[in-house]
Amino acid sequence: MLRYLFRRVLLMIPTLLLASALIFTVMQLPPGDFFQTYVAEMQAQGERADLSRLEFLKKEYHLDKPPVERYAYWLADFVRGDFGYSFEYDLPVRDLIGDRLLLTMILSFLTILFTWAVAFPIGIYSATHQYSWGDYGLTFLGLLGLAVPHFLLALIVMYFANVWLGLSIGGLMAPEYLNQPMSMAKFGSVLQHIWLPVVVIGITGTGGMIRAVRANLLDELDKQYVTTARAKGLPPRRALLKYPFRMSLNFFISDIGSVLPSVVSGAEIVAIVLSLPTTGPLLVRALQSQDMYLAGSFLMFLAVLTVIGVLISDIALAMLDPRVRLQGGESK
Amino acid sequence: MSLAANPAVAPARKGGPLPPADQALAHYVSAAPFDAMSVTRMTPEQEKAALASQWRLMWLKFKRHRLAVASAVLLLLAYLIAGFCEFVAPYDSQTRNTDFVRAPPQQIHLFHEGSFVGPFVYGYRYNLNMDTLQREYTPDPARVQPLRFLCKGDPYLMWGFIEGDRHLFCPAQGTALFLLGSDRLGRDMLSRIVYGARISLTIGILGITVSFVLGIIIGGFAGYYGGLFDLVTQRIIEVVQALPHIPLWMALASVMPPTWSPILIYFGITVILGLMDWTGLARAVRSKLLSLREEDYVLAAQLMGARTPRIVGRHLVPGFMSHLIAKATVAIPGMILGETALSFLGLGLRAPITSWGVMLNEAQNINVVALYPWLMLPVVPVIVVILAFNFLGDGLRDAADPYR
Repeated sequence: MLRYLFRRVLLMIPTLLLASALIFTVMQLPPGDFFQTYVAEMQAQGERADLSRLEFLKKEYHLDKPPVERYAYWLADFVRGDFGYSFEYDLPVRDLIGDRLLLTMILSFLTILFTWAVAFPIGIYSATHQYSWGDYGLTFLGLLGLAVPHFLLALIVMYFANVWLGLSIGGLMAPEYLNQPMSMAKFGSVLQHIWLPVVVIGITGTGGMIRAVRANLLDELDKQYVTTARAKGLPPRRALLKYPFRMSLNFFISDIGSVLPSVVSGAEIVAIVLSLPTTGPLLVRALQSQDMYLAGSFLMFLAVLTVIGVLISDIALAMLDPRVRLQGGESK
Repeated sequence: MSLAANPAVAPARKGGPLPPADQALAHYVSAAPFDAMSVTRMTPEQEKAALASQWRLMWLKFKRHRLAVASAVLLLLAYLIAGFCEFVAPYDSQTRNTDFVRAPPQQIHLFHEGSFVGPFVYGYRYNLNMDTLQREYTPDPARVQPLRFLCKGDPYLMWGFIEGDRHLFCPAQGTALFLLGSDRLGRDMLSRIVYGARISLTIGILGITVSFVLGIIIGGFAGYYGGLFDLVTQRIIEVVQALPHIPLWMALASVMPPTWSPILIYFGITVILGLMDWTGLARAVRSKLLSLREEDYVLAAQLMGARTPRIVGRHLVPGFMSHLIAKATVAIPGMILGETALSFLGLGLRAPITSWGVMLNEAQNINVVALYPWLMLPVVPVIVVILAFNFLGDGLRDAADPYR
């Protein structure tokens, strides 16, 4: 097990290096940089940009160096925990993200809970009542959740939440609590608003999850040990939950790797539509304005989280299923 | 083959099946010639199934999946409409009717005051409400405007070289027709949705082609040669899958220079969608190749002296092709949704091109939901097409799986 762990951790290093190179390339691809965009915008508004300050910033952040050198500086800073400086917000990236990270994580955590709470019972029902009307209906509902573009769903739900329930439109709290310190009243307001994004974001994930739970559970239910368990008189609930259900969760554990980054980035587009103070809109805006340190460091941060997520799921899988461990970790 | 197994041949005996207890069983030999194959002979239907090729078996199984067949028919229809959109749509996608800005959908009627007229609509009476500054359109029962069929309308150049002005249906002479309402420039929503189908439906196909080619080549090499190449591609795939899709789409989409023509942007978007999607297919190809390589029939082929290209082309590729096609079908909806998401952010296709995503981009504020809900109608074909692709993919997957 230790050897396996060591191998896995060692493999993370080239993966991350590759990810950083890829991210840096993508960041460099668009023509021009933030300063050019900035100067152009200033000129369009009839103002003069402070060129000396720009020169200073360019020098400070090595923007006058060739790309390879810049990549080295960026990576070295990142490893040391310095995520760079957002030109647009005039703030270190760390401070900028830190503010929004807490709310994003609360939101994502609730979304995941919502998805599980809805998808598991439905998935189990669909698998045990295969080809019944209930199965068809629920699977169809799940598919519908997959098919509706969620930005539109967000708009519609937001409108009706306003018309029927009188909730203020958008945001995670009533407007009067913005920039206020945390209090019971503010917390209550957040609770009042948070269910809407949770439901909208959750619905998409729920559809996929229902299908996955159903398919995996069906595969297990066909196996002979289930028949044996039933034939030996195990109560139906136990014959379902204790063995087949647990086995069908394997897919789910291997999915943790992709869950972790989405917890941090949140659903970008829904967050933009609902104007949530989460990290997603920040990232999208940074990409649009070529605020490269903000966008690049953020993407790198997500990549690190994914790799850690994959590691966690691999370890969990290896602990649950000895066959994985014996194969030396390469899934073939 | 014993006599007992062939009771039909035995002559009927008098007085019950068995002779009395004190008499011996009568000696009996059937004169009919013995047919050794009579047990293993198949009925004509069985024979058809046993001799059917793999693709024929898949087709037989697919036909049983009624929902998938219905979806396939529906998609075929949708692609036909997209192919002949100039003819199907009553207007050109850019025709502006400034007298009817944001007109609500008109209802088709068949009977006017109890008498049959055929399909017609009531013309709109227009009124600008000076209190709310809203345009109000009310159907005017006095104006009966029957639809015309196969009539002359906006001229078009189908596929860029066929000139024409015939349309499937158009409004009565000198009137306007908005079966699904009109948008902020007075363009007919129905026509735009029909024109949008061409872009939105092909973007998924082109994107999946890009990702299919990439996935098969890269995954095939990784699975067949293994070693260092396999290790590196595995890491790359892991990295590409690790990054959230939307930011990467955005970064790549912003690379395209704004000077590009809309059609170039369209191809750029398909390539971007394909570039993000090939990883899943490459993984599937690789793992399938790895597992199929160990199968006994491959060993048998090797022992019989088949060379590598024959083994790959004749035994391995057909083994996972059906599986891949099913997988690709399920991936198309993601591309269609990806296009709507990119267009929604203003990074996808741009105005002169009409796609469902571009149309939804105009429906992205709360006013639309409250006042002009018909502007959100392009979402209906999006949902229908995505559901259809999902059902079709399910049917194909079940049909491609020999163990079900």
